[in-house]
Amino acid sequence: MNGAQALIESLKREQVEQIFGYAGATICPAADALKDTPEIAYTLVRTEQNAGHMASGYARVSGKVGVCMVTSGPGATNLITGIATAYMDSIPIVAITGQVPSHLLGRDIFQEVDITGAVAPFSKHSYLVKHVNDIPRIVREAFHIASTGRPGPVLIDIPIDIQQAQLKKFEWPETVNIRGYKPSVKGNDLQIKRVAATIAKAKQPLICAGGGVWLADAREELLELAERAHIPVVKTMMGISLMPTDHPLNMGMIGAHGNHCANQALAKSDLLIMVGTRAADRAITSPDEIQRRMATIHIDVDPAEIGKNMQAAVPLVGNVKVILRQLLDLDIPVSDSADWLAKLRDYRKAELGRVFPQRPGSVFPGTAVRRLGAKLDDDAVVCVDVGQNQIFTCKYLPQKHGRLLTSGGLGTMGYALPAAIGAKTALPDRQTIVVCGDGSFQMSMNELAAIKAGNLDIKILLFRNHTLGLVHQIQQTPPYHGPFGVDLDGSPDFETIASAYGIPTITVTEEDQLDESIDHFLAHKGCCLMICQVHPSVSTTD
Amino acid sequence: MKQTISVLVENQAGVLNRITGLFSRRAFNIESLAVGVTDDPTVSRITIIVDSGNNMVEQVEKQLNKLIEVIKVRTLEETNLIGRELMILKVNANNKTRQDIMTICEIMGAKVDDISPTSMTLELSAEPDRLDTFQAMMRPFSILEVARTGVIAVQKGGGKI
Repeated sequence: MNGAQALIESLKREQVEQIFGYAGATICPAADALKDTPEIAYTLVRTEQNAGHMASGYARVSGKVGVCMVTSGPGATNLITGIATAYMDSIPIVAITGQVPSHLLGRDIFQEVDITGAVAPFSKHSYLVKHVNDIPRIVREAFHIASTGRPGPVLIDIPIDIQQAQLKKFEWPETVNIRGYKPSVKGNDLQIKRVAATIAKAKQPLICAGGGVWLADAREELLELAERAHIPVVKTMMGISLMPTDHPLNMGMIGAHGNHCANQALAKSDLLIMVGTRAADRAITSPDEIQRRMATIHIDVDPAEIGKNMQAAVPLVGNVKVILRQLLDLDIPVSDSADWLAKLRDYRKAELGRVFPQRPGSVFPGTAVRRLGAKLDDDAVVCVDVGQNQIFTCKYLPQKHGRLLTSGGLGTMGYALPAAIGAKTALPDRQTIVVCGDGSFQMSMNELAAIKAGNLDIKILLFRNHTLGLVHQIQQTPPYHGPFGVDLDGSPDFETIASAYGIPTITVTEEDQLDESIDHFLAHKGCCLMICQVHPSVSTTD
Repeated sequence: MKQTISVLVENQAGVLNRITGLFSRRAFNIESLAVGVTDDPTVSRITIIVDSGNNMVEQVEKQLNKLIEVIKVRTLEETNLIGRELMILKVNANNKTRQDIMTICEIMGAKVDDISPTSMTLELSAEPDRLDTFQAMMRPFSILEVARTGVIAVQKGGGKI
């Protein structure tokens, strides 16, 4: 057995069923071994960055570790944005890169790059494999590190000579023991009691739930806590689909681009319970203010998040699901929050009933996502890109019991389409939707090839306003002096592009066509593109 | 405020890069850094000195702990530690100045490692402040070269990290 075969055998032991990749010279031995492994499906991407995003989409909906595999040099550097995107959202992926022969490392030979060095600041860990016999242990450790504690991307860089070298014996380690890596699981009992006591005293408590709740698979526990203690819930962008829109405790998304109701709740609460969120600037714009005005509880698996962006009065470190279960096992008192809830529900009602502006010859994105959401399956997976399309979708798409995937931390344009391919590959029976703008679509429309090759039923809603809308919006606000470099001149006719891949298009230019068009769009068997014409001066604050 | 962080790490390639990266990405300056293998050949001890606020050190300590190859991190109590640095200093010396240099060496407890008709090479192990003083005293004789190791430190008493 050679190193490449040991790698693939190790992936099989980790129950890997899918790899997203791009071939190249230094990863050929691994490709060769994969060829004889029908248990692992392979999707060829059109640029390596998207292999990372596909692995991310796959991981997020399946709860498994996503795997991508690319070649050395430019293959590896192209993948960097995919790795950084996964890191910022704590998504468990294992990235495998080919590398030049080990005896030539450091000589700047063809397609050599120091990828472990390059990804160090935004990967959870990385390995440069030096001995072929280490491969099983390294793969085992990489999956363990990627998927436990605070999840994140792990990179394994394997020189081609190591892939070709013969193993003495394939030894699969039954357990993982890394002395420097022991993530906390259970919450400190004393702190749990303090949390319960703090909740009992609050009159206007508020839960702020983030992506960490999804990562710990703690959605049910979160809802149980909120419902039992009568605590309203706001979410960060990463936690948006944790609760259906019509849930009586759901107060929407907080943040600079969030819902008015959620931000009002945050401003007026007397106890903020942060669960699986790092309180980054886009969600909580003034952490000092919040610290000063209200008591805070911070539940997170990563001890470094406690006090990083905000000092919490009561920190609680451990697995979010385990901690919430520990809390629920206590007799959590019901908050006396009736007045508080009544007030928030008025805000919420006003916001949900908000009438959007209308312009003849165009569609307002908020209107489109509202109508689309009403018609989606109960468990649909919606992948949304970055920009105005993201803000409108996160703010106004009615949530049911599905998922919303977006690049929340890094804000990587072009994420949605490949993430949807990953998600659809993991869960082929789930309705999968992409929402993007004409800027972000052009960053990853080459992956229509992967959709076609995989015959994937993915629906793409494209907002076309011929500009980078959100940047346009920023540039029209002081201190800037107007739009520059944001008009998407030279954009292709997207209908022709889609038809080149055999994908039909529905174009909507008037809002009264929306309902019928969405019906056709969703009823179509296979991939379909729906283009909504959006006025270039539309703002997310309209 | 100067703080001394002691870090036990896996004795492997690339570890130092990850550790210094944590400081540089936060634009924190490392004042001094010393690495050496411990009694266990698979473990190295890194002693880092930073000059900064408490919050920053707490965050750095947490970030260091997140690194897979970091086994243990501890910020030492400044008032209760033994910190030493080694300096090798080469200075111009001739028949006229040699005796004066020797006198300073005696006062400071420095050792003469090498001597030539035009120079002397001196060695001093002490607290960094004392090395600074010694260096200042040598400056009038015209220093040719200075090499300092960076501080290594342990906490006083029977405890261990």
